[in-house]
Amino acid sequence: MSLHVLLLLAGVFCAGMAVRARPLTAALWLATLSAIIAIVLYRLGAHEVAVIELSVGAGLITVLLAFAISMAEDETMPTALVPRPFAWLLVLVAGGALLWLLLPALPAARQVATDAPFIIQVWENRLLDLVLQIVALIAGVMGVLSLLGETRTADATDRVDRADDAPTPRMEGGR
Amino acid sequence: MTAIQIGIAGAVLLVAVGLYGLLVSRHLIKVVIALQIMVKGAMLAIIVAGAAVGQTNLAQSIALTVIVVDTIAAVLALALIVQIKRRTGTLDAAELAQLRH
Repeated sequence: MSLHVLLLLAGVFCAGMAVRARPLTAALWLATLSAIIAIVLYRLGAHEVAVIELSVGAGLITVLLAFAISMAEDETMPTALVPRPFAWLLVLVAGGALLWLLLPALPAARQVATDAPFIIQVWENRLLDLVLQIVALIAGVMGVLSLLGETRTADATDRVDRADDAPTPRMEGGR
Repeated sequence: MTAIQIGIAGAVLLVAVGLYGLLVSRHLIKVVIALQIMVKGAMLAIIVAGAAVGQTNLAQSIALTVIVVDTIAAVLALALIVQIKRRTGTLDAAELAQLRH
């Protein structure tokens, strides 16, 4: 129990640091948060999702964030639009409302049916979800490819424009 | 407090921290990071709820969908952010809101 509390407190601390830090440091705090969440999920019995969260959340997303930050080369931290006290007030109201809704419902929760194995749940009971995930993956890959393709087209257009603006070389040696 | 209540409280705290990050961040990459924090809170809540009713595997299958969709959203958002930086030279959401054609 105490380890559970400690892990969740460490997770919240990492989340807070990720919100406060500069982008590259925030990406590292987010990776730490993902690792902690993976441990919590494993302790709750969600072994498969814990492994996926560790590899995707702490691995892939961190690499992508670091890649995007290095491409953008922007580590500036503009000041907040919403005043911080007002933001804290909104967060307290939202968090309080969530706790008020969720916590009273928990004692009433009881086992409702036998739980099928994870493989059966994914491949048979949630097959529609799986198909939608595949569609979303293909759409995401095509979206990223189209964005990168647009970059290449824009670069090629810039090169053509620069070539047009350059002075034309004079023919020497002819009549 | 039971382990389930602690888990739900932790999930709510993560969502709250992510919401705070969304409210105070103007840097677009920080906005993506705040969204990631919120999604992790939601995913933790799903698994805790599944554990509370003895349906951990069902919760895992739903959490898997959440992870996949969240990753796709993050990848697309980061690709868009790189494009925005190349075309406008800024990642400040307030400056981008002032842009005209």
